[in-house]
Amino acid sequence: MMFPARYHREMPHRYRMEASKCKKCGAVYFPHRLICRECKGREFETITLSERGKLLSYTVIHTPASQFKDIAPYALGILETKEGAKLTAQIVDLPYEEIRTGMELQIEFRRVQTDGHEGVLAYGYKLVPVM
Amino acid sequence: MRDVAIIGVGLQKWGELWEKSFRDLFVEAALNALAETKVDKLDHMYIGCMSGGLFVGQEHIGAIMADYLGQRYLGATRVESACASGGAALRAGFIDVASGMSDIVLVGGVEKMTDVSGDGATYALATAADQEYEVYNGATFPGLYALMARAYMEKFGATRDQLSAVPVKNHENGLNNPNAQYQMKISVDDVNKSVMVADPLRILDCSPITDGAAALILCPLEMAKKLSDKPAIKIIGSAMASDTIALHDRRDFTTLDAVKMSSMAALKMAGKAVHDVNVTEVHDCFSIAEIIVSESLGFFACGKGAAAAANGETRIDGKFPINPSGGLKSKGHPVGATGVAQAIEITYQLRGEAGKRQVKNARVGMTQNMGGSGGSSVVHVMEVA
Ligand SMILES: [Zn+2]
Repeated sequence: MMFPARYHREMPHRYRMEASKCKKCGAVYFPHRLICRECKGREFETITLSERGKLLSYTVIHTPASQFKDIAPYALGILETKEGAKLTAQIVDLPYEEIRTGMELQIEFRRVQTDGHEGVLAYGYKLVPVM
Repeated sequence: MRDVAIIGVGLQKWGELWEKSFRDLFVEAALNALAETKVDKLDHMYIGCMSGGLFVGQEHIGAIMADYLGQRYLGATRVESACASGGAALRAGFIDVASGMSDIVLVGGVEKMTDVSGDGATYALATAADQEYEVYNGATFPGLYALMARAYMEKFGATRDQLSAVPVKNHENGLNNPNAQYQMKISVDDVNKSVMVADPLRILDCSPITDGAAALILCPLEMAKKLSDKPAIKIIGSAMASDTIALHDRRDFTTLDAVKMSSMAALKMAGKAVHDVNVTEVHDCFSIAEIIVSESLGFFACGKGAAAAANGETRIDGKFPINPSGGLKSKGHPVGATGVAQAIEITYQLRGEAGKRQVKNARVGMTQNMGGSGGSSVVHVMEVA
């Protein structure tokens, strides 16, 4: 459900790929956290994730939630960026047969979903082939 | 700490029970459990329920169920840990009795999942995943387990047929469980050719949407004989562990650390090794889940669970019988009730009351109940008192 406030506060991550890096141990978190899982450190610097990463696993979803009915079946994967952040995103602009674990993919800004007929357009990141 | 015993258990036949209300489901199971005992007054109730709010629009579940069970004025608490809610409720009840705070405790679990559409159920279940960073981007529950399945198959060379062996075995067991939702035999071929849900998982890899409840009565072991003619089943180990809720944040997609930690702690408390356990009920919400859980519990080495399932090692007559009840796959998976029903099956097994699905000489049993894609896990170890 796309509550505007909730959507708005996620923008730094979804729109700008902002992550935080622990100043003590260097662990990278996407999205940000208040305390480091590894060393309990509380100081972070904001970094921007690189636009490419390695695909760790993927699936093609045939039975989606209702807001994704229009685009099903669609591919979904877990990507690891160079900084070590991992994220779940749709894989688009690539035939399913060509998706392979371990392949390099690029993160792009796309429309992710629409809340109802005249609802909020929700944007974020998707994974596309490297150009 | 006092020794704690299960002295009565109750279920109903699970399925799409449109004629029964949410509260009737719970009360029916609770009355069945009470009927096995001489208990007329409870000290506390713990009720596992994952999402009464989204499935039937009802919260404040402790009080409403206490009222409808005719047990006003006692403490009644709803316990939530996604699909591990039932296991977590059992742990809460166990701690309450063991500590001496309460004597007679009813542990229940309930979920009514078929009053909403398939879409509604998909949405409610997906709330057990990371809403902002998994579900927002299109992840579904089967989708998350499919990501685990792909990683597992590619890493260890597991085959489609090996995956299918799990639901085939569980349906075979469920044929002998009169309370199971789906009492039907299926073949490896049936699974392999069933409708694709989230590649590589097909519909027969997935547990169903189910209405159902389960309940059991706990008391201090020393009171057990006075309160029930049934053999007392002693809870000798109880532990819970959590992990990242988002699958992508895990150390490894092919092991479940929460399962590992909870089972190690529960077995240590019980003073048992995993190979002392004669019968186990595990959280087979998807075929791949049973395989990875069987490894994370320590029955098989990493990457060997799929072959072990295909070789019959987890059958009722195998080396490590898993899910003699039919598991979530055949028995059904009313999320909040599942963990309690697992303990009920182990109770039947240890009492020697499991009929055609009885594991021979079962003295020690274990349950493993999981929330989300492995973000939480509850393990209990039991033995005949
Ligand atoms: Zn740190």
